[in-house]
Parts: sequence; structure tokens; C-alpha cells
Amino acid sequence: MLEIKNLQLEFRSGERSLRAVDGVSFSIGDGETVCLVGESASGKSVTALSIGRLLPTPPAYYPAGEIILDGHDVLKASKRELRALRGRGVSYIFQEPGASLNPVFRVGAQIKESLKLHRPQAATDGEVVRLLKLVGIGAPEARARNYPHEMSGGMQQRVMIAMAIAAEPRLLVADEPTTALDVTIQAQILDLLAELKRRLGMSLLLITHNLGIVGQIADRVAVMYAGQIVEMAPARQLLRRPLHPYTQALMNSAPKLGSDADRLANIPGNVPSPGAMPSGCRFHPRCAKARPDCSRNAPELIEVEVGRQARCPYWNQ
Amino acid sequence: MNGASDQRLLEVRNLKVHFPVKEGFVKAVDDVSFQIHAGETLGLVGESGCGKTTLGRAIAKLVDPTHGSIWLNGEDIAALSGAQLRARRRQLQMIFQDPYSSLDPRMTAAQSIGEALEIHRLARNAEDRRGRIEELLQSVGLDATHGARYPHEFSGGQRQRIGIARALAVEPSLIICDEPVSALDVSIQAQIINLLHDLQRQRGVAYLFVAHDLAVVEHISRRIMVMYLGKVVELGTAAAVVQTPKHPYTQALISAVPRIEESEERPRTVLAGEMPSPIHAPAGCPFHPRCPIAVDRCKVEVPALREINTAHWAACHLAK
Repeated sequence: MLEIKNLQLEFRSGERSLRAVDGVSFSIGDGETVCLVGESASGKSVTALSIGRLLPTPPAYYPAGEIILDGHDVLKASKRELRALRGRGVSYIFQEPGASLNPVFRVGAQIKESLKLHRPQAATDGEVVRLLKLVGIGAPEARARNYPHEMSGGMQQRVMIAMAIAAEPRLLVADEPTTALDVTIQAQILDLLAELKRRLGMSLLLITHNLGIVGQIADRVAVMYAGQIVEMAPARQLLRRPLHPYTQALMNSAPKLGSDADRLANIPGNVPSPGAMPSGCRFHPRCAKARPDCSRNAPELIEVEVGRQARCPYWNQ
Repeated sequence: MNGASDQRLLEVRNLKVHFPVKEGFVKAVDDVSFQIHAGETLGLVGESGCGKTTLGRAIAKLVDPTHGSIWLNGEDIAALSGAQLRARRRQLQMIFQDPYSSLDPRMTAAQSIGEALEIHRLARNAEDRRGRIEELLQSVGLDATHGARYPHEFSGGQRQRIGIARALAVEPSLIICDEPVSALDVSIQAQIINLLHDLQRQRGVAYLFVAHDLAVVEHISRRIMVMYLGKVVELGTAAAVVQTPKHPYTQALISAVPRIEESEERPRTVLAGEMPSPIHAPAGCPFHPRCPIAVDRCKVEVPALREINTAHWAACHLAK
């Protein structure tokens, strides 16, 4: 359904060029949920934005790689083809629903706008109400006449989801959809996404920094660090037994409910910036298991077990 | 985890913070009482709009309480203002969620920390001042060269370290930490939590740790207080609140936390609905419209915070 091969993404400004994504490859099957996990500057969001070509050129350039969405090469597509792919091919929801909704239009009108763009024959009040009902909004007829500021953050995110699925996309990309929401509302939205995926037969790409969410929703997960995938595995397997030292450190540094550990295992130092990548393995300056040659040889992402990949030659030691 | 003595450092009694609005009053904090002992950490959790941030700000006297008393080291600061209040502020400092907006962008790290020393006249002379700033930077894991840099030259985690150094400069006995790690990456979050922990052990400072992330709060706190719609609904030791929560809201909150471990099918209570607006707070128990076990009594009678087990309190008619 989606296949990304060796994606390279650079941001150029004048003489400067920063590589934000460096050789990312993964695929998503029909009806599958894949999570991209990583910290800030890992490249997870810009990878996801590239699928719909939502990054303007300049400054974003793709020196190499392919993104095949539903048989179309997104990176070579014309403006017209892109318009057709956005919406029916891939739709997005983002972290801050309040910032993505237009404050001066009623939410019903905004959902209708999305219908006009992608499914003009269905752009009716009845379809707007059906979509609002589908995303679990009570009294949908009345709610359609609300302005965004009259809704809570959780409700706004439901409206964003209604706008995204109005196009009946093959792939829904959710970029930190619950990060700005309270934990009880987060649980509601995750349940809603899982249910909609099942009912509408979409695929889902979920971007998050929260490994806890992965176990709840993902089939497979890719962990990104400094513009590269460092580990890829079925979700349960990865959580049960992470193989890359970065994934292990990330899991150990998150406090766990009900554990009485006195100190958290922290990862020393900071995430490297795209302009100053360490030589060799990009994680080696922060890695507790680093060896002398880790600073010289850049490791490849290799298949270490069936269905599991890791970018570390010492993964089993 | 905190080697606290029994000395009462802070005692808040019947604190109310009500804001007037067109339709009446927003009861942001409604009749809250609790204590913090010297050198301990009290975690305060709740969702947005529950009043936790307003409570922290009221104790720091950044907003004026409508009613109630705030006893700090045996003195009620609720009614103090002006010079009297300024003198007491030295005992009580605050660190914020976004260290970028709480540091002056035109001041170097050393100037920001030095300003705190000057306000409270803590440095004898320029040399003493320099020495103290250096010592403070080191105590939060930075070095003297960082002192000459401006906020934009630091990462988020480093900026939070400067915020902590600034709070520590005046040697407070209590620091109110308002979501201090929620804007940080997980790996950096762990560094700051460990730092706060170490500083407490070295200096005996107490924390009121306000956050929405229960796992973080449980990790750092000796006791946990849960708020809902301006009221305390549960208070107890961290282990008791997390392992045997008594209030249905706390139970739902804990079950909603996404977990890395035991990700197999875990029975999850997903609460229906959302927290009502504090302007139209429901009658009776504020949680009853969302409560899975509410009975008729809950709709009319406000439950008092009562001791269910030793040192474990909950505001629920049905808790046992």
C-alpha cells in the first residue's frame, strides 16, 4: 500500500544543507498500523509529511529515494496527481487540533469543505452529520454549528479526524494526535482511531514519542534516531525485547507506573542536530554499550531475526 | 525515597481561589487542605482544568487566594503583600514547564541566576557572587562557561537546568515545580528528574511537583494528591494511590496510562465524556456524571475527603 525506499530529505538554505532524513525505508500493508517512534529531531514527522509532499520545496529537497503510495511515485508526481493523492490517498491529523482548524468557520462548514475537495458528490449536511456521528460526537446536528473555540481539545481532535476521513483515505497519518490531550481523552481518541481503521479499512501511520501508545495500537513499529531507523519490529516483540541500545535506553528512561526504581536510567547528552552528526554510529556518543569501532563504522540496518531489523552490529551481545 | 522529617513546612488550610466570570464564579481551587513536610515531595496530578496549576500559583502567591490560609514555616503568608511577602518568597521558589519563556532572552545564564541573588541580597561582593553562580551551575550539571551564554544557545533540558539553578540560588525550603519535564524528550526528562532527586538529597529542599503524567509523579513523589474540578479527590502515599486507588476517578486515570510493559490485553476503563467546565460544576460529587459506579446520593451530596485506610484519603461516598 505504501512503500518508502531509501528516503533522503535535505533542507537547503543558501549554501547550507541539513540532512533531516537519511536512508529511511519501510512499508505499510493494507489495514496495517505502523508506529514511528522517536524523540525530537529524529526525522519522524518530516518522514510522514513527505508521504503527502506537504513540505514545500524550497527548502525541502529529496536527493534520493522513492515513496510509492498506491502505485504512484509521490516524489515524481505532478501537482495534479498530488492533489488527487492527498485526501483519497493519504490524510493527516496533527498534534494541535486547535491550530489546524480555522477559527472563523463553523466546524460543519470545514468538514463540508473537505468533502467538496475530495468527494464533491457527498458534500451534504447529512454526510457531515454522519461523519460527526462516526467520530463519536454527540448531538452532531447542533455540534456542526459550533465554532472550534466552543469545543474542548478532545472534541476538536474528533472534528479533525472527521475532516481527515471525509476523503476516505487509504492511509491516515496521525502525527502525535494525543500529545496535547489529557490521558483519559487520549484513551478515547486511540480507541476511536483503532475502531475507524477497522470499519473503514484504512492503514494507519501513527507518529509518537510515547512507547506506551505503541503497545496499545501498533502492529509494527519503527524507532528513529537522528534521521535513521535504528530498529524495526512487530510492536509486541519490540516492547518485550528491544534489541537496539537506543530502544533499550529509551524504554528504561521512561518512568513506569508501579515500579519502585530509585533512579531512572538516563541517556547522557542530547540528541545530535542534523548539522553536527557524530561519525560512525550516530548514537555512539550516548550509547552505554559503545565500542571503539562504533565511532568509525556507520552500521547498516540489518535483518537480525525474522521480521526484525536493527542498526547495531552488537545487538546480540 | 525522600528522607523527610516530620516537620511541617507548608500547611494549606481550606484554600479557595475563585475567579469572577460573567455567569458567576470559576471555582478553580475549592476548599483544598494539605501539608508538605520538610524535604519531602508531594505530587499533584490531575487533568487540564482541574486547578492544579492555580493551586501551585496561589501557594507561590502569584494569584491571590479568595479564602483560606497558607502556613509556611509557621507563618500565614496568604494575607501578606509588598515587602513582607518579598522577604518570605526566598523560602519558596517556582520552576515552570517552558524554561524558554520563563528566562529573559536578553540575559545570560549567569545574569539570570545573579539577579535572584541580588533581589535577596545574598552575595557579599562581586567575587562572592561569581563564585556562587559557578557553584550553582555546577550543582545542576552545567559548567562555568555556560554562564556567559544566552537562553537560545541552550537545549530545552539545559534551559530547565538554568531554571532550577535560578530557583536554588536563594536557598528555598520549597520549590513548586509546575510540569517541569512535560516539554522535554523522554531521555532528557529522565536527566532532569534524576537531578531534582539528587538536589533534594543534598539540600533537603521540598517539592510540590505538579504534573499530568502519573508515572513521572509516582516516580518522584512520596505522597500523591489527585485533583478533579478544583477539589482534592484522593491523597495518600505514592504506592497506595497507584496500587490501590480508592477514588473511581483515580482508578480510571491509572487505567488510562499507556504502558510499555504488560501490553497484552489489560482491562481498561475508558471514561466517557470530559471534565465539565468549572463554571457549571455539577451538584453533589463533581465526578458523578462520568463515574461508572455513581448512585443517587452522589448527585446531591458532596463527598468529604475521608480517611479510608491509614494516611490514605478519598472523597467518595462509596470508597472503602
